[in-house]
Amino acid sequence: MSDISLAAEGIVLERGGRAVLVDLSLAVSPGEALMLRGPNGAGKSSALLVLAGLLAPQEGRVRFTGADPDAPPFAHLHWVGHDPAIKSGLSVAENLRFWIDVLGGRRDRMGDALEAAGLAGLEDFDAGLLSAGQTRRLALARLLAIPRPLWLLDEPTSALDADGAHWVGQLLANHLAGGGLAVIATHLDIPFSGDSKTMTLIRAGA
Amino acid sequence: MTAFLAILSRDLKLGLRQGGDLLTLVLFFVIVGVLLPFAVGPDRPLLSQLAPAIIWVAALLAQLLSHDRLFRSDFEDGSLALFRQASLSLDGLVFAKLIAHWLLTGLPLVVAMPVLALVLGLSADGFWLAVMTLLAGTPALTAFGAIGAAVTVGLKRGGLVAPVIVLPMSLPVLIFGTGAFDPARVGAASQALLLLAALSLVSMALAPFAAALALRISGE
Repeated sequence: MSDISLAAEGIVLERGGRAVLVDLSLAVSPGEALMLRGPNGAGKSSALLVLAGLLAPQEGRVRFTGADPDAPPFAHLHWVGHDPAIKSGLSVAENLRFWIDVLGGRRDRMGDALEAAGLAGLEDFDAGLLSAGQTRRLALARLLAIPRPLWLLDEPTSALDADGAHWVGQLLANHLAGGGLAVIATHLDIPFSGDSKTMTLIRAGA
Repeated sequence: MTAFLAILSRDLKLGLRQGGDLLTLVLFFVIVGVLLPFAVGPDRPLLSQLAPAIIWVAALLAQLLSHDRLFRSDFEDGSLALFRQASLSLDGLVFAKLIAHWLLTGLPLVVAMPVLALVLGLSADGFWLAVMTLLAGTPALTAFGAIGAAVTVGLKRGGLVAPVIVLPMSLPVLIFGTGAFDPARVGAASQALLLLAALSLVSMALAPFAAALALRISGE
């Protein structure tokens, strides 16, 4: 895993004529996690979308130092949002294998990832029939099956039970111990031991 | 390459498992083709004269019906956002989706041609010509449809707007597709086929870039 650091400077974002992010700056280095907290509508998800390159900010920029210049620009990060990107009509294993192939992961890690996610035995089950929590676990299994240094997680523990939240905490701790970095938008406490900073966003214009 | 094949096989798998969509498309194509003879009346010479136009209008309408689902489900379940982090560029992924979409919506029309040929009283030559023009022309329809689908994917009622964008672009395909049958001109068939093939190749090569650009913008 290459050492990547993330820095955002002076991000200004407007959506639908409303200022969402005003002069947001942040920096995350390897082995570090940044928790974005704040009330609903404070722009936590929007900040992650900007970092993932899915939203273009009006001002400011996001820089990744140490990223492979020949690789596609966002091939070093994982973004796990509210929409799980899981297809009904495909089995659990087919869904994960598809993303491993598309995102460039390793197929031999699939079994372990599914087991860690608590989905062992459900490989041939239609993913459309999974519960909300199981769907979220399957989405998070991508983090394990496809090693990437930067994780951008939007409410990773929502819909998860206590065990699941614990698993996410462990996942994060291992990731950070291996030199990875993470930015997590959450309003729930994630139980994990590791180096983390917290940044509280306030509702712009409030 | 793995990513390309993964998209191709996933879309084919999904399309074939939800076989209802495929059947609806083919039935729609055949029904439009069967309806028009009823409207025209039992005049066989007139009917076989109109046959090329009927076939191509039916094909165009059937294709329009199918475009909306090209990107919509990927947009709604968040897959499209993840494609941006893929090991392959979005253009490449869209190209794979286009090929899968044509195999699922263009090829079945060709397969259903014998039924239409029978209803419309096409000669054997006319049947083969229709098959050839559909094979050469429908990829262009898929390509234009993809641009329309990509532009409107962020709109809730995009399915109604897309045809307005797609239809004008599809006119050349319609003109050459039916022009191939013109008995008055020598060599009309081969010329039209070549032009259709050229149109399909160029549009299939360029549409992924246009559609990917539109998807990047409408994803915001």
